[in-house]
Amino acid sequence: MTEKHLSSQFDAELNTVSARVMELGGLVEAQIGHAIRALSQFSLEAVDTVATLEGRVNALEVDIDRELSTIIARRQPTARDLRLLMAFSKATANLERMGDEASKMARMVRSIIETGAPRNLPTMDLRVAADLASGLLHKALDAFARLDTRTALAILKEDDLIDEEFDGFVRKLITYMMEDPRTISPSLDLLFIAKAIERIGDHSKNMAELIIYLVEGTDVRHTSLKEIESVLR
Amino acid sequence: MPSSTIALPERSSQPLAAPEPKITVRNLNFYYGKFHALKNINLDIARHKVTAFIGPSGCGKSTLLRTFNRMFELYPEQRAEGQILLDGENLLTSKQDVALIRAKIGMVFQKPTPFPMSIYDNIAFGVKLFESLSAPEMDERVEWALRKAALWGEVKDKLGQSGASLSGGQQQRLCIARGIAIKPEVLLLDEPCSALDPISTAKIEELIAELKSEYTVVIVTHNMQQAARCSDYTAYMYLGDLIEVGETEQLFVKPRRSETEDYITGRFG
Repeated sequence: MTEKHLSSQFDAELNTVSARVMELGGLVEAQIGHAIRALSQFSLEAVDTVATLEGRVNALEVDIDRELSTIIARRQPTARDLRLLMAFSKATANLERMGDEASKMARMVRSIIETGAPRNLPTMDLRVAADLASGLLHKALDAFARLDTRTALAILKEDDLIDEEFDGFVRKLITYMMEDPRTISPSLDLLFIAKAIERIGDHSKNMAELIIYLVEGTDVRHTSLKEIESVLR
Repeated sequence: MPSSTIALPERSSQPLAAPEPKITVRNLNFYYGKFHALKNINLDIARHKVTAFIGPSGCGKSTLLRTFNRMFELYPEQRAEGQILLDGENLLTSKQDVALIRAKIGMVFQKPTPFPMSIYDNIAFGVKLFESLSAPEMDERVEWALRKAALWGEVKDKLGQSGASLSGGQQQRLCIARGIAIKPEVLLLDEPCSALDPISTAKIEELIAELKSEYTVVIVTHNMQQAARCSDYTAYMYLGDLIEVGETEQLFVKPRRSETEDYITGRFG
């Protein structure tokens, strides 16, 4: 299949918007990294950095959506061009929401720091899940750039690990809260953080599904891993 | 019922999914003298649906359309081999009067071709060849055809004026009205909108959508977006070969053949 369009301007437009989506991915990755640092070091500076990045993520989301509308209006894309733009549009929304989850994590860390809550809560467990989620996003962005459906499939499998971590963490928190009611308030903050991490994993999974749609033209949302594997065979 | 008695239809890449095709093309080859313009075409045209032919200039899409009503027979050096079955009857070997075949399979061309007569007579002319209607019946038929072609409101007060006095878009709708006035079964449209502005184009596309409840419509178009907008099935042709045919939605979102994908995404060249 030929790679280039007859219209080099169309190619240029697609390249520009691809670069922007990757830039957005990089920003969100950084945001999540700072949120994890805020959690592990109880750092207010890291909390502030997450908030600063949120503004840039939001502005970039709006820019990308505008560029996508312009390309659709001008070029009436079809087939894989159409699927690419659809996938970009949805990936952008997923990335922005991951950024929101990172901001939520940072806000909860601030709340824990400001209320002077005990530091003996199991935050290390959360770090494991957070690193998993952040790694998943990194892989999703990488697979997006390379149109790599194998990695996309691996992401779908790995997201289950994060879900397991989340369930285990919730059980642990409940024990803490039952043993010492003073930990209830910070435990709830941690629960929100855990939920945010779990959501980041889900958004990475959505991105992995978009990669399969983009490459194979098959919508694999809400289908079993087995069916997805048969699409990729 | 034991499941083994249910025969599942096999998935085939070429014939369309429609239950009973209106037109079935089998092993069709077409020659302009020595030039082999259509190469072993096999295709089903679904009844009461719109089928669009797309492809670059010279790919054979208009040629294929013109075999459906034996329009090519006007030129002695052109010949077709194979089968074109209309409801099972091979049109190429049919003993039927070619005028009767063309009454069943109407055609509208790229450029509007109003007859040099009044708007009313443009419609009534063809009808008179096949039916003897009383004056009120004829009035009714003319109005019916013009209404179907979404032209009645614009011409009802000037039916006596020349067809040539109308705008391009109106002339084209007049030709469509003329085509459907004799109540054909199939309507062939060869680039019907290429000389029209977007508003007239939209009116004709609207008309196509309405006509398909009663007619089988086949449209040749250079405008891929038009095929995407108004057809149920799309066939992509290249250099006399039928490359791919499928549901329009599928063909424009996920074509099966990379040649089709290159053409519809503008990577062709």
